[in-house]
Amino acid sequence: MIENRHKELGLSDEKVLEMYKVMLLSRRIDERMWLLNRSGKIPFVVSCQGQEAAQVGAAFALDRENDYILPYYRDVGVVLTFGMTAKDLMLSAFAKAEDPNSAGRQMPGHFGQKKNRIVTGSSPVTTQVPHAVGIALAGKMEGKDFVTFTTFGEGSSNQGDFHEGANFAGVHKLPVIFMCENNKYAISVPIEKQLACENVSDRAIGYGMPGVTVDGNDPLAVYRVVKEAADRCHRGEGPTLVEAVSYRLTPHSSDDDDSSYRTSDEVAQAKTKDAIITFGAYLKEIGLLNDELEKQMNDDIMKTINEATDYAEHAPYAKAESTLDYVYEK
Amino acid sequence: MPVISYIDAVTTAIREEMERDSRVFVLGEDVGKKGGVFKATNGLYDQFGEERVIDTPLAESAIAGVGIGAAMYGMRPIAEMQFADFILPAVNQIISEAAKIRYRSNNDWDCPIVIRAPYGGGVHGALYHSQSVEAIFANQPGLKIVMPSTPYDVKGLLKAAIRDNDPVLFFEHKRAYRLIKGEVPDDDYVLPIGKADVKRQGEDITVITYGLCVHFALQAAEKLASDGISVHVLDLRTVYPLDKEAIIEAAAKTGKVLLITEDTKEGSIISEVSAIIAENCLFDLDAPIMRLAGPDTPAMPYAPTMEKYFMVNPDKVEKAMRELAEY
Repeated sequence: MIENRHKELGLSDEKVLEMYKVMLLSRRIDERMWLLNRSGKIPFVVSCQGQEAAQVGAAFALDRENDYILPYYRDVGVVLTFGMTAKDLMLSAFAKAEDPNSAGRQMPGHFGQKKNRIVTGSSPVTTQVPHAVGIALAGKMEGKDFVTFTTFGEGSSNQGDFHEGANFAGVHKLPVIFMCENNKYAISVPIEKQLACENVSDRAIGYGMPGVTVDGNDPLAVYRVVKEAADRCHRGEGPTLVEAVSYRLTPHSSDDDDSSYRTSDEVAQAKTKDAIITFGAYLKEIGLLNDELEKQMNDDIMKTINEATDYAEHAPYAKAESTLDYVYEK
Repeated sequence: MPVISYIDAVTTAIREEMERDSRVFVLGEDVGKKGGVFKATNGLYDQFGEERVIDTPLAESAIAGVGIGAAMYGMRPIAEMQFADFILPAVNQIISEAAKIRYRSNNDWDCPIVIRAPYGGGVHGALYHSQSVEAIFANQPGLKIVMPSTPYDVKGLLKAAIRDNDPVLFFEHKRAYRLIKGEVPDDDYVLPIGKADVKRQGEDITVITYGLCVHFALQAAEKLASDGISVHVLDLRTVYPLDKEAIIEAAAKTGKVLLITEDTKEGSIISEVSAIIAENCLFDLDAPIMRLAGPDTPAMPYAPTMEKYFMVNPDKVEKAMRELAEY
């Protein structure tokens, strides 16, 4: 038997199994969306595959009842942890009226659900970073003790809004966790053409906050780092920049062909480190998961996804005239 | 009734709203200890403290973006851009974010932010301290753009903007700050955003304009009155979305319309006003729609000769009015 790594983090056996289940649910939803896209049923998908461990590990380290999250477009694992459902995501994929993110106004991956404090996002990257800082500032002004968590890709860490937002949070010591999900590619452009520094986390020093790089394929390592960052927030010590390094296992989106800029060997190599496999193996080795339980878990997930797909496919679209609604307050 | 300056009306409106509602706060460059480079937030730092009158880092996208985040949370931020010319780094936050938050979330989230900025020329501000930027934002549904001309309108409209549940761009003419004074009641009042205001009743020609040009039009109208020409002056006050009904009514009233903006001409606010009149008032018009605006140069130059050439002034307005009246 190998060493139990989750107990020292204060994670119960149930919690780590739940983490694994959300990771698996994220992956299976994503895979279903690709099938739906390739069979012509949904126009677009942008994937979480390869980043579920970072997303779920981080989200589990947050307070799901109080914290605010500003996810970026790949964060299926984050939003599922914060209360969005497979059905919600499928309604978004099919652009149906009941989609809680936008009622079918936005492409999939543009999350937002006020009741779960998932803050609405857009397509221009990194605009959510200053928003996260503003929410943290508001919470501080109101004397609240919540953490604001925002994510973005390593390419996006070049955007002015990242630097302007991080600096503002650093100056005002605001309780924000900036998590870069470094999946090594900004569409086709590899990390070495994106950054002159070695790590995205190196950028933290310029903004007076700690910067930590962590293995994004290890949900427990990400959990630990984000938990420490959240603790710092609660102690009034200000923001932290976390860089979770993983790999994007799919093309950028359903409209991208990644064979034009990276080799299949490289992708195959990355798949050997896929956290769905490695974390599953950990849970098995430690005796929490076996083939039977895994099958049961997969069956449950597939049932959920089948029902969600069915429901969303048959759900009505928003009325055409609703195009005109909510430009301003009514 | 007390007579106060345009800029004092700005400060008064902010102070009263901050006293009324603890969610209202100010953020921007130099707005705190210094009270703003124009002193628009003078005294607020002493009264409300650095937590509610926040000196930010020099980064406009963060000023807008942090304000937007706070607004989504439920605060009432008033973000100041030091000059309208410097709002451009924040355009992505304003157009991609603030303008679309309610719409893209199907009314789940909203963004009650006010972004204030001094605009306009005639102050030796050259290219980058003189511009009118309203046209950049005036085809972005989701935004409201208010450009008041008098201290009375400033106070009532700024209070309305702060209480509005949608994002409002509030552009203040920097030359009006100390030049324009007027009666402003001490009491708490708001004026409706989206409503134009008749600043002078007249029968012969109609002038439709906004901001400092309203005063140029009123001065010129006074001169024309002594020659028996009666000028109707409509102040748009909100330049986006436009008060179409008031525009149509004012144009139809005299059938001769002069539209004035300090901005460059092509694609300006008055281009849209002109289109509204053309669509709705064909049979009411007795003369072609006339426009008086800045020339289509990138911005206004520094040298006094060129600045004067660029700027609308009472003489240019008077000349255009007479020409139209004689048509």
